[in-house]
Amino acid sequence: MSLLVALPFLIPMVAGSVSLLAWPSRRAQRAIAVVGTAGQLIAAVVLLVVVWNDGIQVLAAGAWPAPYGITLATDLLSALMVLMTGITGFAAALYSLPTISSRMERNGYYPLMHMLLAGVAGVFLTTDLFNLYVWFEILLLASFALLAMGQERAQMAGALKYVVLNLFSSAMFLSALGLLYGLAGTLNMADLAVKLPALDDGGRVTLVSMLFMLAFSIKAASFPLFFWLPASYHTAPVAVSALFAGLLTKVGVYSLYRTFTLVFTEDVPWTHGWLQVSAGFTMVVGALGALAQTDIRRTFAFLHVSQIGYMLMGLALFTPIALAAGVFYFAHHIIMKSNLFFLSGVIYRLGGSYRRDELGGLWTARPWLSLVFLVPALSLCGIPPLSGFWGKLLIVRAGVDAGSGWLLAAVLVTSVLTLLAVMRIWADVFWKAAPQDRPVRRAPLPVMLWVVTVGLAAGTLWIGFTVEPLWALAERASAQLLDPSAYIEAVLSPELP
Amino acid sequence: MRRDLRSSSVILKAAAQLLLPLLLLLSLFLLLRGHHEPGGGFIGGLVAASAIALHLFATDMRSARGVLRVDPRSLMGVGLLVALLAGIVGPLTGGPLLAGRWVDLTVPILGELHLGTPILFDVGVYLVVVGSVLTFVLTLAETGEG
Repeated sequence: MSLLVALPFLIPMVAGSVSLLAWPSRRAQRAIAVVGTAGQLIAAVVLLVVVWNDGIQVLAAGAWPAPYGITLATDLLSALMVLMTGITGFAAALYSLPTISSRMERNGYYPLMHMLLAGVAGVFLTTDLFNLYVWFEILLLASFALLAMGQERAQMAGALKYVVLNLFSSAMFLSALGLLYGLAGTLNMADLAVKLPALDDGGRVTLVSMLFMLAFSIKAASFPLFFWLPASYHTAPVAVSALFAGLLTKVGVYSLYRTFTLVFTEDVPWTHGWLQVSAGFTMVVGALGALAQTDIRRTFAFLHVSQIGYMLMGLALFTPIALAAGVFYFAHHIIMKSNLFFLSGVIYRLGGSYRRDELGGLWTARPWLSLVFLVPALSLCGIPPLSGFWGKLLIVRAGVDAGSGWLLAAVLVTSVLTLLAVMRIWADVFWKAAPQDRPVRRAPLPVMLWVVTVGLAAGTLWIGFTVEPLWALAERASAQLLDPSAYIEAVLSPELP
Repeated sequence: MRRDLRSSSVILKAAAQLLLPLLLLLSLFLLLRGHHEPGGGFIGGLVAASAIALHLFATDMRSARGVLRVDPRSLMGVGLLVALLAGIVGPLTGGPLLAGRWVDLTVPILGELHLGTPILFDVGVYLVVVGSVLTFVLTLAETGEG
């Protein structure tokens, strides 16, 4: 059964390769895209069920035991993240069918999408820091290509910022890997967790950990190096920006969660103190940035940055409830935010623009669509009883328990700013009368757009109305993160065949 | 300014004709010795791709595509699948992913052969590298020729 751990990235790899072979046939590529992403989703569901029932799953590649070989492992956090990858990937594939231009399809859109999904799943499953770096590179390469594919001027400008900053972060990551290997002689995270405390290093590990923090923070788009995200996300095709919004920054945040609970816990007040500062500024600055935007996709991109702050805050407070709240926020956020990007594409289809001032009248023209939009939008603001409300409530409770007043103040200010930004979109795009020269289009929407947006909105509603299942999962995941002994034991002594 | 690829010198043309088979042979040699000694699929693939790129510079696009015979993009796909197959042999025979599996064959002319999944994996890497490098080169050359 150990192969199950590898399936979430093997399936998209196979799908991507077959898709490359089927290059001349668009129809075959589209079919493979749907089947491949559905396969990944199913594998992810099975994996989560198995991990929930039987505990941490481990696979030692090539039968080389850790720390000599590369070991893959899934605890509940990994399994949940892989499931979110599956959901977002499947939704993006369905959404791509009617929206991606045939030119992009001919230029290899689908193989790249599979490669991106394989890379993301790999990040969530590996236990080895160097292997993590390799998966990062795979997903970054795919994302560079997807971002630059349309070959428009704005895309190139956005892609350039994205590429430069991410390569910088990768270089930093790689140097940190070298330094850490020099200090500890291993890069297996479980092995590091055992060896680092025994190392008399005079604070050098903490220094290296700050390098890792900076590298991952760039990828997570947290303050102060977040500006690549609002500069690039809105330039890609909608399906791509939704996929990015769902997954790419989460990869950075996940890496922070993994390393700063398992490996770098020597000097928690220092490292996690910095994370608190970063979390607070990320929230507030992101929300302030959102207020300055008229392009709805840019607004959502800035709000996305702001939300990263909430997730970081869960890690930074480093208490059981805070980590659980962070994990809860992950799941809620991925579903809600990718849906908002999908919906902004639908709005563009109907109104012919992404700018608030050029749109209007959607409420009278498309009441059902407006209701679907309201679900993730209100969830983003944290209106009860939607999923965002619970996420925020839990974060706030964690903040109260930890007694960190200024972070709480940041959370509350951000909430108000977020509400303001979203309500401005609502008032302009939906309530305001449509501009004279741009009436709302009457043509029916492709079915797939309804399937994706309504499906994800239903997910948001489900999380909101039945908080308990996801919260139970988050609590158990947080317990596993805070007491990594089971993870370490599972990785370091897998049963060999 | 667009440079015509066909304006290359006689020396380059003559040398390329001679070098193409030699370089391709060298690439196979590098691929096969790679398991225990320096070499392997990646290096071999790069040598093979540069051989074809050299041919492209000496002659033209059509002739280079003729040498390759297949679309480099499908080479990438086949290569990835071959490498994945090498990984999956392990689980199919009851081991973990990527587990090494070996067979000993006696082939009339070559004698005793010790073959395993690592060489299969390397062949996959070789194909992926040839495919991807040539996709870059041919795409760039095509844009250059307009």
